[in-house]
Amino acid sequence: MCLAIPARIVELNNDKAVVDAMGNRFKARTTLLPEAKLGDLVLVHAGFAISLVDEEEAKKTWQLIAEIDDFEQTQNRVSG
Amino acid sequence: MLETIYKTQSLINAACKAMGRQINIMEVCGTHTVSIFRAGIKTTFPKTLKLLSGPGCPVCVTTQGYIDTVLQLAQRKDCLIATYGDMIRVPGSNGSLEKHIGGNVKVILSSEDALQSARDNPDKTVVFVAIGFETTAPSTAVVVKEAAKEGIDNFCILSGHKVIVPAMAALLSEKNHKIDAFLCPGHVAVITGFGAFGEIAERFNRPCVVAGFEPMQIIEGVGEICRQLAAGVAEIKSVYSAVVTEKGNITAQKIINECFEPADGYWRGLGKIEKSTLKLKDKYSQFDAHKRFNISEKLGKEPKGCRCGEVLCGLIEPPECGLFGKSCSLQEPVGPCMVSSEGACAAWFKYGQGPRNKTSEQ
Repeated sequence: MCLAIPARIVELNNDKAVVDAMGNRFKARTTLLPEAKLGDLVLVHAGFAISLVDEEEAKKTWQLIAEIDDFEQTQNRVSG
Repeated sequence: MLETIYKTQSLINAACKAMGRQINIMEVCGTHTVSIFRAGIKTTFPKTLKLLSGPGCPVCVTTQGYIDTVLQLAQRKDCLIATYGDMIRVPGSNGSLEKHIGGNVKVILSSEDALQSARDNPDKTVVFVAIGFETTAPSTAVVVKEAAKEGIDNFCILSGHKVIVPAMAALLSEKNHKIDAFLCPGHVAVITGFGAFGEIAERFNRPCVVAGFEPMQIIEGVGEICRQLAAGVAEIKSVYSAVVTEKGNITAQKIINECFEPADGYWRGLGKIEKSTLKLKDKYSQFDAHKRFNISEKLGKEPKGCRCGEVLCGLIEPPECGLFGKSCSLQEPVGPCMVSSEGACAAWFKYGQGPRNKTSEQ
């Protein structure tokens, strides 16, 4: 549960954002990362952006998440 | 990629030669554990280098006492339990949260969803099952502050939040420990900064290297640890510079410190550790479920025969537990290290070196 997901901020209203990760869009807060701007790539953990991240690093993590997801689906895990 | 592998191999060889015995490196992050097993990293190292899985999975280190408390609260008609999905299958002394889903238990993705549940259900007291290390603690703190600001009094948190450095220090303070170095958690370090591990490197003379989660990043981290071991030094270093800085996320640290204070608390397997858990400060005590329901923190009783505690301390490997692969499996887990997808037993069982591999070899 300590794995954060890289995602791009596609909407931003104060500290409430909509982010896109691998084509999935979801809500995230930028309360913990006030410097985040529209279009930035950020690491999102449990609904909160915690760090900026570059494109190359984001790609590595997306790849890893896609592979780990296979593992977790075998256990009917809901989320974390 | 090959360059990193060859470089790491030569660093490992140099370290093994310099140490003249088996080297044990402990990772303290569940996501590292999964990545190491999934990529088969262990099998590429010589037998003289061992990777141990430590207390890095938040679900696994949560005590049986805490889980039993959540289950007791789930029985109350006036409560709604909001929990991350990781916790629902963990067995308590009497069943798990799974059977209450749709009733008094709601699975959420974010602390914000827990607070929203309180807004949506004014006739219930929403109890947020707040577990996790420094990565999740700030998001809990944000919603506690918001609940206070909005005056949402039917919301509270059962803080099971923990901080990792005191647990690492506790492991190294045990006489029988065999840890030579730590591979430190990448996303915890995003919040704390890699400087937070300075105490471990200096006080205990153990290298502490922060790494990312992709297999090559882990291999690079192990290489840096071996470089230090061969040179006889113990330094803090990050090989995950894309997101980890020395000082970390100051905004998140400030929010944690505003809401929480360090308290002595229990860990499964490690027992009571000084200043290792996060307790709400007095000014937010109305949101403290322990106080609201007059609950005292307790360790609880482990499932019979379960050796998750020793697995979490790196004292044994999962197959050394008598239940592993027999009465405890992914399908019917007994202990939290098998329940949690980030647990060492689950990773071992799923990715090999478990009984299924033995079967396939026969």
